[in-house]
Amino acid sequence: MARYVANRLMQAIMLLVIVSALGFAILHLAPGGPLSQFAASAQMTQEDLDRVTKQLGLDRPLPIQYLDWFGRMVRGDWGRSYRDGEPVLSVIGSHLGATLELMATATLIAVLLGCWIGVLGAVRRYSLFDSLATVGAMIALSIPTFWFGLVTIYLFSVKLGWLPSGNRHTIGDGSFLDLLHHLIAPAVVLALVETAIWGRFMRSSMLEVINQDYIRTARAKGMPEWRILTVHALRNALLPMITVAGLQFPTLLGGALVTETVFTWPGMGRLFLDSIGYRDYPVVMGILMFSAMMVLIGSLLADILYAVVDPRIRVG
Amino acid sequence: MSTAALQTVQLAPGQAAWQRFRRHRLALAGAVTIVILVLGSAFGPYILPFDDTYIDIMKRFAPPLSGAHILGTDELGRDVLARLMMGGRVSLSIGIVAMTIAMAVGILVGAFAGFYGGVIGAVLMRFVDAVLCFPAIFLLLALAALTEPGLMTTTLLIAATAWMSVARVVEAQVRSLREREFAIAAVAFGSSNLRIMFRELVPNAMAPIVVAATLNVAKAILLESYVSYLGFGIQPPAASWGNMLNNAQIYMTSAPWLAIAPGVAITLAVTSFNFLGDGLRDALDPRMNIP
Repeated sequence: MARYVANRLMQAIMLLVIVSALGFAILHLAPGGPLSQFAASAQMTQEDLDRVTKQLGLDRPLPIQYLDWFGRMVRGDWGRSYRDGEPVLSVIGSHLGATLELMATATLIAVLLGCWIGVLGAVRRYSLFDSLATVGAMIALSIPTFWFGLVTIYLFSVKLGWLPSGNRHTIGDGSFLDLLHHLIAPAVVLALVETAIWGRFMRSSMLEVINQDYIRTARAKGMPEWRILTVHALRNALLPMITVAGLQFPTLLGGALVTETVFTWPGMGRLFLDSIGYRDYPVVMGILMFSAMMVLIGSLLADILYAVVDPRIRVG
Repeated sequence: MSTAALQTVQLAPGQAAWQRFRRHRLALAGAVTIVILVLGSAFGPYILPFDDTYIDIMKRFAPPLSGAHILGTDELGRDVLARLMMGGRVSLSIGIVAMTIAMAVGILVGAFAGFYGGVIGAVLMRFVDAVLCFPAIFLLLALAALTEPGLMTTTLLIAATAWMSVARVVEAQVRSLREREFAIAAVAFGSSNLRIMFRELVPNAMAPIVVAATLNVAKAILLESYVSYLGFGIQPPAASWGNMLNNAQIYMTSAPWLAIAPGVAITLAVTSFNFLGDGLRDALDPRMNIP
């Protein structure tokens, strides 16, 4: 087990190095390089620009710059925002909570609903419910998240007036109920695609388990059907879903970005778009790196957790 | 069923696949919808008496089915149907062209990585893994922010963020096919590596590649709509399904039809390609059972 974890950890660190090199390359691909924002200013003379270039060490060879940047990144120095001079990591930190809140709620909805739909679809395979769920999942995967968000706002905020059309809370009101009221619409919108994916994977995982010998044995013993499904089948069918959670993470993060834009949710995705608008490269790069790291850690955790609960994996 | 079961008619592989595909009614419906959308976008603008960029301030915000404008007009009095058709040209061709580029790169990388394995394979696939760590939409927006927006860049950037999953599929296929007898026979015949890769291995992996291609068109159309909606893709006055929704949010209360038409078009196109891909998967390889 320790060996497996060490192995996976090594792979993750290797990937992190490649990811960081990619991030660095993108930053330097920017027309004009990392200084383009300053260079665009009319008050900046060529002399000033040269001096800043030297001060920031941008005149050195790229590999040296990369090592320097990597070293500082590992130590938590991700540079400062062009907009307000705040350290990039604290800017990200102040927006992370809102994003995590949104993602966690959406995942909770998706897991509960998706697993229920998937199990029912597998147990009543080819029934009307199963066909509707399959078609519904395909359509849910095809609807642009932002458009679904717009339609939700139109129906529930504009027409019915039941839900607020955006933001995390009413100004001056931060009570739990107010937060929850604002959370419902964006969380449901983000959960749509996730529910479809969880439902489909759950269905196929459950189908695989139901046809196993031990399920037939349980039936032969005369065990009640509900007990077979919940105790024997569901527990085993849920195992591979750990991997799905890991694989799903990038999609979830991307979906959160789009959802946050539509609902003016003050999270990381919203920050990312604002920073793009301001050409605030340190923050853009910071979020890009940060999200890639979250994905990397997510898949690492999923793999390790899977190995813990399913001993068969460790051998391979 | 009974007569068909008694007779053993030997079907060519293509015929058998077509029969399986025909049974998949949703895939068939998807294919028909795609044809309608493509023909409508291609020839519709010639039939319609309105230009997609013609501004008519006197006829702003005409609701659908009121007068000559079937889908109404937008905030500048432009005909929504005309913009929908021209936008369809842009969005559908981005979907198809980006897919083609992504497939070419993905097949090339996947074939080399899967065939040579070892260090080359490991390096290529770790690179793929690393790029896949970035959520596609984040990477796409960051790259779009660094470049001049337009049709060409948007297409290339979408392709740049989509080829990795293809490379993974092809790599796995080629790696397993390489050990099969026909591949070993080709080596014994003295075929060159390139010939084995692209004349023997890749053609035998065509079924999953075609499925991946179809699903990739769906993904590319979705990605285009995201970037253009956020203002980093196709720039006005040119229309795309994504950028038509860009302004629609502001007029949500007064002119909801501006948001409905493009959204339905995107959903219809993406759903159709997804159903088509699903049907092709069942038709081309019944053993392949990915949920």
